[in-house]
Amino acid sequence: MTEQTTHPELLTPSGKKETRLFAILCATATWSSAFVLIVLLSAVVFKAWGWFDWDFLTSYDSRRPQKAGIFAGLIGTAWMIFFTILFSVPIGVGAAIYLEEYAKDNWLSRLIRINLANLAGVPSIVYGILGVTVFVRAFGVFGDDGHLDSFVGWSISELNFLGVKISLPLGEVVLSGAMTMTLLILPVIIIAAQEALRGVPPSVRHASLALGASKWQTIRNQVLPAAIPGIMTGVILSISRAIGETAPLICLGIAAYVPFAPGGIDSPEALMKQPEGVLQAPFDYFTVIPIQIYNWALDHRSAYKGLAAAGICVLLLSLLVLNGLAILIRNRANRHIRW
Amino acid sequence: MFLERPRTAEAFKERLIEISLFLCAFASVLTTIAIIFVLFSEAVFGLSGAAFFQEVSVVDFFTGTRWSPVLKPQEFGVLPLIVGTLWVTGVAAVVGLPIGVLTAVYLSEYAKPQVRNVVKPFLELLAGIPTIVYGFFGLAIVTPYVIDPIFQGLFGFKVGTFNALAGGIVVGIMIIPMVSSLTEDALRAVPRSLREAGYALGSTKFDVVVKIVLPAAFSGVVSAFLLAISRAVGETMAVAIACGSKPNLTANPLEQIQTMTAYIVQATGGEAAAGTVQYQSVYAVGLTLFLMTLVLNIISQWVMRRYREVYQ
Repeated sequence: MTEQTTHPELLTPSGKKETRLFAILCATATWSSAFVLIVLLSAVVFKAWGWFDWDFLTSYDSRRPQKAGIFAGLIGTAWMIFFTILFSVPIGVGAAIYLEEYAKDNWLSRLIRINLANLAGVPSIVYGILGVTVFVRAFGVFGDDGHLDSFVGWSISELNFLGVKISLPLGEVVLSGAMTMTLLILPVIIIAAQEALRGVPPSVRHASLALGASKWQTIRNQVLPAAIPGIMTGVILSISRAIGETAPLICLGIAAYVPFAPGGIDSPEALMKQPEGVLQAPFDYFTVIPIQIYNWALDHRSAYKGLAAAGICVLLLSLLVLNGLAILIRNRANRHIRW
Repeated sequence: MFLERPRTAEAFKERLIEISLFLCAFASVLTTIAIIFVLFSEAVFGLSGAAFFQEVSVVDFFTGTRWSPVLKPQEFGVLPLIVGTLWVTGVAAVVGLPIGVLTAVYLSEYAKPQVRNVVKPFLELLAGIPTIVYGFFGLAIVTPYVIDPIFQGLFGFKVGTFNALAGGIVVGIMIIPMVSSLTEDALRAVPRSLREAGYALGSTKFDVVVKIVLPAAFSGVVSAFLLAISRAVGETMAVAIACGSKPNLTANPLEQIQTMTAYIVQATGGEAAAGTVQYQSVYAVGLTLFLMTLVLNIISQWVMRRYREVYQ
């Protein structure tokens, strides 16, 4: 088509051929994503073939690829995610309640909102730098040659609390990982919870207030229960993100080769025999699934590519289970609530 | 809204709850302050001893063409890392932005609801896959089975095991769901009446989409692009695995490179001792990265506000 120089472009419609071609182009682009996804998944399964078995799930990492497994990563991820949920959900939901139900439209609440939008865009590796400085190293305050040692002469490197050994600074332990992950997913949880709260119609609040309930009683007994499905979906989606997140944990210095489970709890029997290990676990060293994958993927021996692919299968399966749960919750909620 | 209530224990409890909820919300502001403080603490002013920019001048940092934090003589010119990041971002933009926009156009203007219901889950799955999986895909599949046969097999170029192109391609795939969903939202916000006015003037569907709907959604599309580019700049694991770990000021995307993010991963992964210039360089690179993504995000929000067409 020759471009017309006189301007009303709309009066010179393009031919049918261009319209058809454009539609085909758009459809191709769309389906290419689906194609790539299928190629990606089948490639991973193909590479993992023969490596992904029961022994892989129940063995620690090993220098011999045939014996290596992802058990330490599975247990470590479970511990870290448990504490991440414990920290991030109350703070995230609390923040969302404040912003949606309490905050007046002043500079402070505007600042918090703008800040949230920007925090969600900060690269995850920056959270890793934050975590290693604040949680893992505690600004170098403790330990030999720490600031306390050089200024006051106190060299504190360990606390003993109720028989639990807490090293100071914390180091690359479960708790450091969980706190870093909490900061990372907090903006996502807050934004999701805000949306869920906004979905509860004002009439619910008005009815409760009209019956004489206080503001907090209204929120706790009416608004929150109605918003729970939406909040749960948001939490599960951000937890899936935390499970797959690797960069900040590498930044913390989490090792890939960890031949033990945090707190020594590697089986239900071990838990029965030494229940105090539960208290020690948050202060114990650990590794996670994605870090083991990273370590294997960069190993140039080809057997390790199979291990990496098998690790990816474990990672994707756990994400699939979580997301299935999210969809289930969403569908159930949609069926029950009618406003 | 609330009637005056007597000052009782109940009222005190309500106030206490409000304050603790506010503290939860304020935690996000504290996080930002902590990030800025931590990055500045080793890069600009030293908590203990000299900071990075007192040992290495800002001019040398931003104009130096050699990044050699370990091998003597140590040199800290960040340009090779920035160029690495730009290569990955550039390739990702070329791959991801057009496909993302075309997908959005298809989903919003052409696809039947049944087709949409099939395609949407695919995109959500693609968005939910951890970045480390994309890195593995780039290293183990894209480089040996796509890039190598084309560039080495057909044209005879030498292709590295680690190369910028593979990283860029997988990051491009990674940003497709983000671009398409943000763009689709923008396209859907364009009112039906504008499209119908176009048809009434005798336009074909192609004309309506390209000359009416896309320009009307311009601010949304641009802000989606900027957010996606910011994400590509900050992307770490995919490039740390697929692109390698050799700072390289190169014009050849088939060579091994190192991005800013990949350097941070490599340097914090163990060897550098606290207090050394090498260790502090992580903070300087982190600060550069943080500022780059922050500027992109702010421009994106500004474009969204400034150029948004408001329809009644």
